[in-house]
Order: sequence, then C-alpha cells, then structure tokens
Amino acid sequence: MKILVAVKRVVDANVKIRVKADNSGVELTNAKMAINPFCEIAVEEAIRIKEKGQADEVIVVSIGDKACQEQIRTSLALGADRGIHVEAEDGVQPLAVAKILKALIDKEGIGLVLLGKQSIDSDNNQVAQMLAALGNMPQGTFACAVELTDGKVKVTREIDGGEQTVLLSLPAVISSDLRLNEPRYASLPNIMKAKKKPIDTVTPADLGVNTASGLKIIAVEPPPARSAGVKVADVDELISKLKTEAKVI
Amino acid sequence: MIRDTETLTQLIDMVERFVRERLMPAEQDVAEHYRIPEDIVQEMKALGLFGMTIPEAYGGLGLSMEEEIHVAMTLGRTSPAFRSILGTNNGIGSAAIVFDGTEEQKQRFLPKYASGEWVGCFCLTEPDVGSDAGALKATARRDGDHYVLNGTKRFITNGPVADTFNVMARTNPDIKGARGISAFIVEKGTPGITLGPVDRKMGQAGSLTCDVIFEDCRVPAANLIGREGEGFITAMKVLDRGRLHIAGVSVGVSERLIDDALAFAMSRKQFGVAIAEHQLIQAMLADSKTESYAARCMVLETARQRDEGKNVSTESAACKLFATEMVGRVADRAVQIHGGAGYMSEYAVERFYRDVRLFRLYEGTSQIQQLIIARNMIRDAS
Ligand SMILES: Cc1cc2nc3c(=O)[nH]c(=O)nc-3n(C[C@H](O)[C@H](O)[C@H](O)COP(=O)(O)OP(=O)(O)OC[C@H]3O[C@@H](n4cnc5c(N)ncnc54)[C@H](O)[C@@H]3O)c2cc1C
Repeated sequence: MKILVAVKRVVDANVKIRVKADNSGVELTNAKMAINPFCEIAVEEAIRIKEKGQADEVIVVSIGDKACQEQIRTSLALGADRGIHVEAEDGVQPLAVAKILKALIDKEGIGLVLLGKQSIDSDNNQVAQMLAALGNMPQGTFACAVELTDGKVKVTREIDGGEQTVLLSLPAVISSDLRLNEPRYASLPNIMKAKKKPIDTVTPADLGVNTASGLKIIAVEPPPARSAGVKVADVDELISKLKTEAKVI
Repeated sequence: MIRDTETLTQLIDMVERFVRERLMPAEQDVAEHYRIPEDIVQEMKALGLFGMTIPEAYGGLGLSMEEEIHVAMTLGRTSPAFRSILGTNNGIGSAAIVFDGTEEQKQRFLPKYASGEWVGCFCLTEPDVGSDAGALKATARRDGDHYVLNGTKRFITNGPVADTFNVMARTNPDIKGARGISAFIVEKGTPGITLGPVDRKMGQAGSLTCDVIFEDCRVPAANLIGREGEGFITAMKVLDRGRLHIAGVSVGVSERLIDDALAFAMSRKQFGVAIAEHQLIQAMLADSKTESYAARCMVLETARQRDEGKNVSTESAACKLFATEMVGRVADRAVQIHGGAGYMSEYAVERFYRDVRLFRLYEGTSQIQQLIIARNMIRDAS
C-alpha cells in the first residue's frame, strides 16, 4: 500500500509574526519557515505505519514555489521515501489543493491519505474534507489514534466532549490532530541520506487542475493588543465580573 | 561533508530544535545533579551527534569545519556540559586517530566514536605540566611489542566515563622537549590505569574531569598513533582544530546570554520604564551584540579558509582568544543587566557566567594564544 502525505510550508511556529504595514498579509521576508506542525504529525504517522510493515511506500507532496522542496526534504529525512513537488504560485486555495491531491491519488494508486487537520497560517481546515468528497472516500478527521487492521483503518477522532472511533474502508482520508503522536527528530545521518531520495516536479496543469482562485484577501490585521488586567478582592467579585463585564459565564 | 545550504539548514534546524525542546529544559536539572540524564545521552547518540566530525567512511558525518562551527554555535545556546559529553568524540578524543592513525586504528576506533558506543578523551596535561605541554613527564618505554606507560594526567575531560585514552607520553627520555613525545591510544580496562575522584569545579556542572594515572600500563605497540617522536605534532594539530570549535561554542553561548539579557531588559521596569529604555543598558546590549557578531564572522571566515586547505594556525588562535574573552565580557554584562537577579541561581546567566570562565583556560590559555599569534607573526615576517 502507498501512503500519500501532504505537507505545507508555513512560518515556523516559534517565530513571532508581524502583519505587513499595508495590511496585505503577514511579513515573510527573512522569516524562518517550517513544515506545518499538523502536517509533520501526519508524516510521522505515515512513517510509523510503514515501520510496522503495513505500508510499502510513503510519498510526500507539497504544493507551492520551489522553496517548499525544503519541507519535502525534511519529510524525507524523517523517513518518507520520495517526494512530489507540485510547482505553483503560493497561496493555492483548499479546493484546488484537494483537486491536486485527488489527481495524485488516481495517478499513484494511493491506499491512504494522511493530512494535517489545518495549517497554522490560514487555519482553513478544509482540504481533508473536500478531498474525501471529491474522491468519494471515507474520512477520519481530527485523528488522535490510527490503527490499520485487515484492510481497514480504525480512526479515533477528537470531538467536542470526548472521542469517537470510526472504521473506514480503504482508500481513506485521515487528518491528524495534535495528540496523534510526537514527531521524531530526524537524525543527522538521515538528513544526509535524504539528499539522495528523489523529488519529482509536476505542475497543476500536468494534473489537469486550474488553481485560479475566486477568493481575494481584503485585509489582514493583527489581533488587538492585550490590555492590562485588574486585581479582584475575592472569588465572588471575580465571578460577578466574569458574568457582568467579561460576559463569559 | 554537506556542502549545500539546504541540507545544512535542515541539520542546524534539527539541532536547534533539539536544543530548544530537550536540552534547555534540562539545564537546571543537570546543574543540580552534576550529570546529564542518560535518556538525553542516548538521544544525542541516536541523532548522530557523537559522530559529526568522524569521516563518512567510518560511520560519521564528516562535517567540514564550517559546518561543524554552525553546529557548535547552535549547541552553544545551552549549557556547555551537554556539548562536553559529545565534544571529545568529535574533537580532542578522536582527532589524533582521524589525522594520524593507521587504517587499522581507524577501522577499530572511529565507528565506535561515531555511534557514541565509546567515549574518547585526550590526556596531555599533567600535575606539573600545563601550558608548557612539550615538557611533559609521562613516559612510554618500549618493551618487546608493547610500550609501558607511567605518569599522571590531570583535568582530563570525560576521563571518568572514557572508553579510550589518547595519551601523550615521552618515548625518548634523552630528548627533553616536544620531539621526544609520542601519542598512544589506550583502552579502558588495560591493567595499570587508575582514575582519580571526579574533580569539583567552578562551573560546567555535569561535564566530568578527573586525574588519569598510568602505572606500568602495557599498551600494544600497534596502539602508537603516527610515528615515535611525532606525538606532540599530532597533539598540536588536534588542538588547532579544537580551538576553532571552542571559539564557535563561545559565540553560541554569547548569543544565548544576549537573548536572555535582552528579554530581561525588556520586561524589567525601573524608574517607570523597561530598563531596556535606559541608554546605559542599551550600551551594554549593543556592545555585546557587536562583539558577538564580530566573533561569529571571524570564526566562520577562519573555518572556511581551513576548509579550503589554508594554514589557519594564527587565525584559529586569534579566534579562540577573541571569542572566549568576548563571551566573558558578554556574560559579565548579562549579569549586570539582570541586577541582583543575575547573582541568583534561578537565572541561567548566573550559571553561564561561571561556565564560560573555562573557555579562556583550556585548549591553551588566552596568554598561550597571544604567544602563538605573536610568534607566528614574527616568524612570517623574518
Ligand atoms: C575543566 C577543565 C578541563 C580540561 N580538560 C583537559 C583535557 O581533556 N585534556 C588535557 O590534556 N587537559 C585538559 N585541561 C587542562 C588545560 O588544558 C590546562 O589547564 C591549561 O592548558 C592550562 O594549564 P595549567 O592549568 O597547567 O596552567 P599553567 O600553564 O600553569 O598556567 C598558569 C598561568 O600562567 C600563564 N602562563 C603560562 N605560561 C606562560 C607564558 N609562557 N607566558 C605568559 N603566561 C603564561 C597561563 O596563561 C596561566 O594564566 C582541562 C582543564 C580544565 C580546567
């Protein structure tokens, strides 16, 4: 079985980001970039499945400009077998991403798709669901446990107030939540070996996908600065303020 | 050797993440318990950190000097004790064999250093011999197909945990100076080796040193590194490389100290404003940043020149002199910026202030670096 994992290049989660002066987006000049943390968890899960002998190949795909090959390389260093770089302008929207992944699933004969539940830059949380719909595949979103058994996959999902377990037939789409696993550190020798693993480059057009977007970003704004807190005398005052002023209870 | 920026970036990113997520949170624990937790040592081995400078043919990564410096600067951002445990395998504990060992010695020892299965150490200093290492007194007398070693080695980093000892000893008692010295590799368990108690020191808690005493210790002649009488030259080559490494670590620590001092200065308020707003504090921050940056540029430039095959003996000594003195000043300012808090063990700067004092002492004191630089200058001009 082949596993396809999609990884997105985003600003490193440890970087303090700034909104551009003209509010057109986030300042990315010189910002350190990394794999979206949820995608990294998906890569880790795919590698663990392969290490258990339940998959033959882990293929990593990233969509974006040439720089996103860095994130493919990182995934190869973690243990993925080969990479596909879909060369496109940055900011391809979720529906086009889903269509590209659908085309790759057909082309490669993929048995399981692992994705991050959302990317920490645009926080859309849409690709897995759209892909499942486009491919008419079962989906297990927000996974916190994944287990392959007898040609099916059991996915434990994090839902409001608890967990839900679903059994999906393959091929299936899974999106990872934070607690699915703790990604390993790529060892230095594996980082060196990853240099020799292959990365193919294709374009959306090769896959028959039009990435033109119907979406236009009007303005990006930073959240309001946190204002100073107040000291309360006792619990009663706290509760009353939470009720009347903060209106949270 | 990597030689492409993308792979190097990945490697540095990984080390940086490991330092941030695993090592920095354990700093206080190491300082309090004088040892590095075993699970962290195992992780460092699994990541390949023990074999960075060992050639690829022997299971290491064969990093170039420039690449090694990048890693040293990154590791420098946490307690030097972490670097110390893997420092000897990547440096003074293995380099003699890498430079001058026979093929057989390389096959036998280097893969074990690279994996971290064995820890190596370097035994030059003695109770009566420090800076004037060429005058060392330990002896190695040829006896059949063995050498018999006698003498005491002092302040030996990783001595308490070492599996091999790279020992410099005098094979020719008639030659009092450097030309009478040879280098040996001695395995733990060889009869006649005694370890002294672990030394108690000012800083770098968790990095271990001790006396290593050799009494009629019989070492196979096959364990001679290079030729008889050339051990001192080998040792100096080893230290030449080590100096750049220590300079790189000093840059890393200075950057950490600056980060900590800046964060403190921006949050601590006195006279109604963050102390970072006071120009006298700003002067300390700016001086530290400038000196640290100068050292970074020096070290990287020298490393690149060494990779190109140039003789950088003078420049390496200049890097070690400047970078280690620099980090002393930066640590002093970091404590000053913290005020009384900087004197308290709760803050990392108090610990680093003591840790960095060592950099100006070992692998050649600052004075010895000055001598090397000036002597080379005079030699080159005459
Ligand atoms: C924590 C630690 C770890 C160490 N690890 C190792 C190790 O792994 N292996 C090893 O072999 N050694 C090790 N050493 C020893 C270290 O390299 C020596 O301490 C160092 O070289 C200085 O020698 P010394 O202590 O004998 O000082 P000395 O040589 O006695 O120097 C005392 C002072 O005199 C100055 N001085 C000496 N000669 C001159 C001169 N000609 N002109 C001007 N000033 C001079 C020195 O700069 C210094 O200020 C370690 C030391 C420490 C503290």
